Amino acid sequence: MWKFSVMILAGAAWLGPGRLAAQSPKYGVGRPATPEQIRDLGVAIAPDGSGLPEGSGTVAAGREIFAARCSKCHGEKAEGGVGPVLVGGRGTLATAKPLKTVGSFWPYATTLWDYVNRAMPFDQPGLLKPPEVYAVVAYILNLNDVIGNDQVMDAKSLPKVKMPNRDGFVADPRPDVGKPDVGKKAKR
Amino acid sequence: MEDSIRSSRRQLLQMGAALGGGLLAKHEGALAAENKPGELGTPLGPYGERSPFEKAVRWTRDSKTPETGSSFTPLQDSVGTLTPSSLHYERHHAGIPTIDPAQHRLVIHGMVDRPLSLTVAEIRRLPSISRTLVLECGGNSGSEWAAKTGPDVQRSYGLASCSEWTGVPLSLLLAEAGARPGASWVIAEGADACRMERSIPIAKARENILVAWGQNGEALRPAQGYPLRLIIPGWEGNTNVKWLHSLKLTDQAYMARDETAKYTDLMPDGKARIFTYQMEAKSVITFPSGGQSLPGAGLYELTGLAWSGRGRIERVEITTDGGRSWVKAQLQEPRLPIAFTRFRLPWRFDGRDAVIASRAVDESGYVQPTREALIAARGTNSNYHFNGIKSWRVQADGMVTNVEV
Repeated sequence: MWKFSVMILAGAAWLGPGRLAAQSPKYGVGRPATPEQIRDLGVAIAPDGSGLPEGSGTVAAGREIFAARCSKCHGEKAEGGVGPVLVGGRGTLATAKPLKTVGSFWPYATTLWDYVNRAMPFDQPGLLKPPEVYAVVAYILNLNDVIGNDQVMDAKSLPKVKMPNRDGFVADPRPDVGKPDVGKKAKR
Repeated sequence: MEDSIRSSRRQLLQMGAALGGGLLAKHEGALAAENKPGELGTPLGPYGERSPFEKAVRWTRDSKTPETGSSFTPLQDSVGTLTPSSLHYERHHAGIPTIDPAQHRLVIHGMVDRPLSLTVAEIRRLPSISRTLVLECGGNSGSEWAAKTGPDVQRSYGLASCSEWTGVPLSLLLAEAGARPGASWVIAEGADACRMERSIPIAKARENILVAWGQNGEALRPAQGYPLRLIIPGWEGNTNVKWLHSLKLTDQAYMARDETAKYTDLMPDGKARIFTYQMEAKSVITFPSGGQSLPGAGLYELTGLAWSGRGRIERVEITTDGGRSWVKAQLQEPRLPIAFTRFRLPWRFDGRDAVIASRAVDESGYVQPTREALIAARGTNSNYHFNGIKSWRVQADGMVTNVEV
């Protein structure tokens, strides 16, 4: 035990304070990531809602923010313009002219929160505060008849929203063409 | 050779017409200098420029939001197997950030024993490897799904480029941070304005992903992710996150916008394929190709590029009779896995209408399919991952156009 302590002390003396702060065991590079750094990079939101911040937003508040910040590109009723259409398209995915929107295509409401928060408005990404993001998300979901007029979006309610196309995605089966022996192997 | 001389003379004349008499005279003077021994050229310079006579440029669609969009590599002008960094295709979502490498950090966090903040200098100090790899946008050749296919090789196949990339294996960084049991995904995020993010299975992260800082013998260009980016061999370009500043280890995919709303492949039954990372074998004839013209009947060298996200190109076959017969093209060695492979075939153009096309086979035995076979399997709404055979029509008058077969 005594010998072990001496070894640790000797090691610490040899490494010096600067070296001790280094985190990586093999190459001795890096510093411990600070809580601030991790918080600043913690904008990614998981489909189970982990990462969602405090705050809440209503459809009514979202309507105002959308008119002020979003409608310039996406149209007054999210019908599209310079930016993509955000509403409609339900029932079109299996047709010759599919319209992929938040309501018809996006599988998770958390994705909408994550994307609005990190990437919108296009000319000033990251401008909206969390309650504003909740409100805009609530408004867009409401326009798509996914939530009612009075539903409030927050860290608890948003992950529970079931998007219409939640079950619309399948795993990648490729190679589906181009591999002549694939069919033969399946038959054997 | 004769043809290229002729075409460069033609380019010169066109350029002269475009630039006006004064400049033309200057260029003619420069040309004359070649033949006048004893006349001094220009002095040395610190960073090289190409000849003013070379005009190959990327193509960009006009846009009201030029910060988001794509630029297409001029494959018809590409030589050999490498793409100059200056002509590498680009796809941005919120502009190209200007990043001081001294201020930039890569933070590895989430399900790790030691959340790490690394400087660019530290990452460049770590053991690195260099690999020549093709990078291709998942949406490359998306125009080919439509009834009217792309008119030239740049606009229809130009979201693919090939560079030598240098960086540290991501597996090394994950070991240094100490990935915890149960960590199954890596969420990569860039430092561009929209903080582009993608979810990557940790098995691929341990296999062969690079955190790259070098491209073609120098630092990454800003448009290519300076100072750090992911390079994921064989996977669609969008996953190769640029301006990398965060790697978060998690137990679930994050279902980012660019892996759900975008970069998913819609099938005829209305279901969409998700996490379609893999790029498959593909090839295209770059000469003669759409928009070019042959000056007359005679012997030409057909040439083009083949690549596969699954490994080496095993062979390339060429038809000059609309698919009735196929002959093996000569492949430029060394054939590197997941890299552009140049193919060539001598061809005598007899001055009669001909439909030419190439078909690649990779080392997994995968045969590049026809457009028809792709559409039979996937319909025409899938947008992404088109790798069908591309045909060109060489008309009797030498003009080359796109054609559906």
